Amino acid sequence: MPIQASAASGRPAQPASLDPAELARFEAIAADWWDEQGPMAPLHKLNPTRIAYLRDRLCAQHGRDPLAREPLAGLTVLDVGCGGGLLCEPLARLGASVTGIDPGSRNLAAARGHAVAAGLAIRYRESSVEQLAAAGESFDLVCVMEVVEHVADPAPFLAACAAVVGSNGALGLATLNRTAKAFLLGIVTAEYMLGWLPRGSHDWRRFLRPSEIARMLRPGGLEIADLTGVVYQPLRDRFVLSADVDVNYMLFAPRIASPIAPADTRRPRTRGRSAVLPG
Amino acid sequence: MAKAADPQPVDSYDLAVIGGGLTGLALAIASAAGGLRTLVVEPMPAAAALAAPFDGRVTAVAPGGRRLLATLGVWADLAAEAAPIEDIIVGERDSRLTVHYDHQSVGSEPLGHIVENRTLRRSLLARAQALAGPALTLAMPDKVVSVEPEAQAVQLRLAGGGAASATLVVAADGKGSMLRRLAGIDVLRWNYRQVGIVATIAHAQPHGGLALERFFPDGPLAVLPMIGQRSSIVWAAQERLARDLVPLPDDAFAEELAERIGDRLGEISLAGPRWHYPLSMTQAKRYTAPRLALVGDAARAIHPLAGQGWNLALRDVGALAELVVDAKRVGLDVGSPALLARYERWRRFDSLALIAVTDGLNRLFGNDLLPLRLVRELGLGLVERTPPLKRFFMHHAMGLLGDLPRLMRGQAL
Repeated sequence: MPIQASAASGRPAQPASLDPAELARFEAIAADWWDEQGPMAPLHKLNPTRIAYLRDRLCAQHGRDPLAREPLAGLTVLDVGCGGGLLCEPLARLGASVTGIDPGSRNLAAARGHAVAAGLAIRYRESSVEQLAAAGESFDLVCVMEVVEHVADPAPFLAACAAVVGSNGALGLATLNRTAKAFLLGIVTAEYMLGWLPRGSHDWRRFLRPSEIARMLRPGGLEIADLTGVVYQPLRDRFVLSADVDVNYMLFAPRIASPIAPADTRRPRTRGRSAVLPG
Repeated sequence: MAKAADPQPVDSYDLAVIGGGLTGLALAIASAAGGLRTLVVEPMPAAAALAAPFDGRVTAVAPGGRRLLATLGVWADLAAEAAPIEDIIVGERDSRLTVHYDHQSVGSEPLGHIVENRTLRRSLLARAQALAGPALTLAMPDKVVSVEPEAQAVQLRLAGGGAASATLVVAADGKGSMLRRLAGIDVLRWNYRQVGIVATIAHAQPHGGLALERFFPDGPLAVLPMIGQRSSIVWAAQERLARDLVPLPDDAFAEELAERIGDRLGEISLAGPRWHYPLSMTQAKRYTAPRLALVGDAARAIHPLAGQGWNLALRDVGALAELVVDAKRVGLDVGSPALLARYERWRRFDSLALIAVTDGLNRLFGNDLLPLRLVRELGLGLVERTPPLKRFFMHHAMGLLGDLPRLMRGQAL
C-alpha cells in the first residue's frame, strides 16, 4: 500500500468514514494532481465552474462583489479532502484564509510543495473533519467537493462537516447523483469510454441524491439554499451550470439554525421540498 | 510559506507585457482593467511617444477592433480623428468587373476606420496612464535583459536595474520579437518580393469615405480615406517596379500614383513622409511556450494588402485578455499550460485562414496570365452578383466572423 511508505509516527487516528481503498487510490496518483492533462484532467476542467459557483454564492451571502480583486478577503475556508490543493490555491488567491485537510500524507506533500512554489500561504493538515469538529473549530465556508461519493459512511461524515460550519457560514458540496444517467455518463463514459478517470474511480451505489444530502445536513442546522446541475459541453470542452442535476450537481447550504441533538436526526423529512430537490 | 519570502524584494505581477506598442498597450489596458496586476516594459519613453509628429503611418481598425477599443475606454478619445470607410471598391484597372462593398448592405456601421498610428498610440497611452497605479505599472523607458522561466512564474531582469516576477509573460515586441527567439520558437518566413510603399496624399476632390483596392500585375495598391482631403496609400510594388519608384522625387512619384488611381480624387500631391520596406510574411510555429504567449506581429505578420494586421492583433488581445481575466477571477493560474493551449487553438486557426486569403489574393492578382485573369474576373463577378457571398467576405474583413472574444462583441470582461 503506497500510503504506508510515507506514514509517519503520530499519524492521527482514521475516522470510520474513511475508506482505506479509496485513500490508496488517490495517494497512488499524488504526483499527478497538478498535471492538467493527467489523471486529474476532469477536475481541472471542472475547476473554473465550481470555483465561480462557490465564489458567487459566498459573495451573495456576505454581500460582496464577486468581481472585486480579492472577493473572499477575510473569510475562512476549509476544504475537506483537499488532495493536491486544486481548490485551496484558487480560493487562497481570491483572498480567503484557507485550510486544507486530507487523510493522505502524499497528497498533502504534493499540495504543500505546489503552494510554496506559487507563493501561497495555505494551512495543510493531515486531519479528519471529525477531529476538527471535536476540537470545536469553525469556518465561513466548508467545501466538500467531489468527496462524499468516496466516503464509506456519508451520514456521520456530513454531520461532522456541518458541525464545523460557523454561525454565519455555509457548506458547499459537489457530487454525482444516483441516477441511471449518472451511471452511464459518470462511470461508463468517463471511466471506460473516454478514459478520463481511472476505472473503478466511482461506485455508483455510493452516489447520493440531493434529497439524501439535504436530510443528512438538516440536523446539523444547514438548509440547501441553492442546487444546480453541472453539465459538460463536449464541443467547447468545458463544464457549465445547468438546471439538469441528473449527473453532476453542486449545492450551497448556509447555516439557518444551531445543530440539533443527535436523537432527532431520524425525524421525518420536511414536507414540500421535493419540487426543488429531485430524487 | 508566507507571500514574498524572497530575501530581495521582487515586484510580482500576474502579467508582464513586453513591448508597449499599440498591441501591447491594448492588452495591458484590458488586463489591468480586468483586475490583473500588469507590467508593461517598453524602450520608448512615454513622452516621446506622445509628442511624435505625423510619420505617415496609419492603421485600419475594423468594427470588431473598434468595439474592443470602445469597451476598453480608448475609442472615445480618438473617434473624432478616425476616418470612416463607407465604401470599398475592389478591382483591376481597365476592367468593368469590380466588387463594390457598400456599408449599407451590411448595416449602417462603417466598414472600418483609418487612424494615424500616433493618434492610436496617444489614446492608448492616455488610457494606460489613467489606469497606472497598483493595477498597472508602465516601465517606459526600460528593457528586459534576462528572462528565466520557473515552474510557476518567470523571473525578469530589467536594464534599469529592476527585477520582476510574472505568472505569464506576453511577447508584444513585434515582428522580430526577442522573446520569441529566447523561447526558441521558430518562424516561417515568406518573402513576397514586393516593396511596401506607404505615403499620404492630399487630393483636390473629397474621398467621400471611399477606399480603393486596385490590383495591377506589378503589385496591388490601396488608397484609404483619412480625415480631411487626405488619403493614405499602401502600395505593394514588385521589386522591379519599386526600383524605379523609390528614387523618384515626390512630384514624379505623385504623377505615377495619379495614373494608377485615376481621376476620382482630382489632382493629388504628397502630404507626408514616404516609407519603403521589403514585404514579408512571418508566422511563428507556435504562439506559446511555457509561461509565454505571443501577440500581434510577434505571432504573425501578414501582407498589408487587406489591412488586417492590427485587427488580428486585437483578436489576440481580446482572446488572451478574456482567458486571463476569467482565470484570475476564479483564482486560477493565469499562465497554466491548459490556458495557453486554449489560446493557441483559438488564435492559430483564425490567423492561418486570413494568411491564406490575403496570400492567395496577392498571388492571384499579381499575375497577368490570361487563364488566371479570367478566373479572377469570374471570381470577382461572382462575388459582386452573390450578395450572401459578398456579405460573408465583408463580415470577415470587418472582423465579425468566427469565435469572437467578448471584447470584440463590445462586451466588458
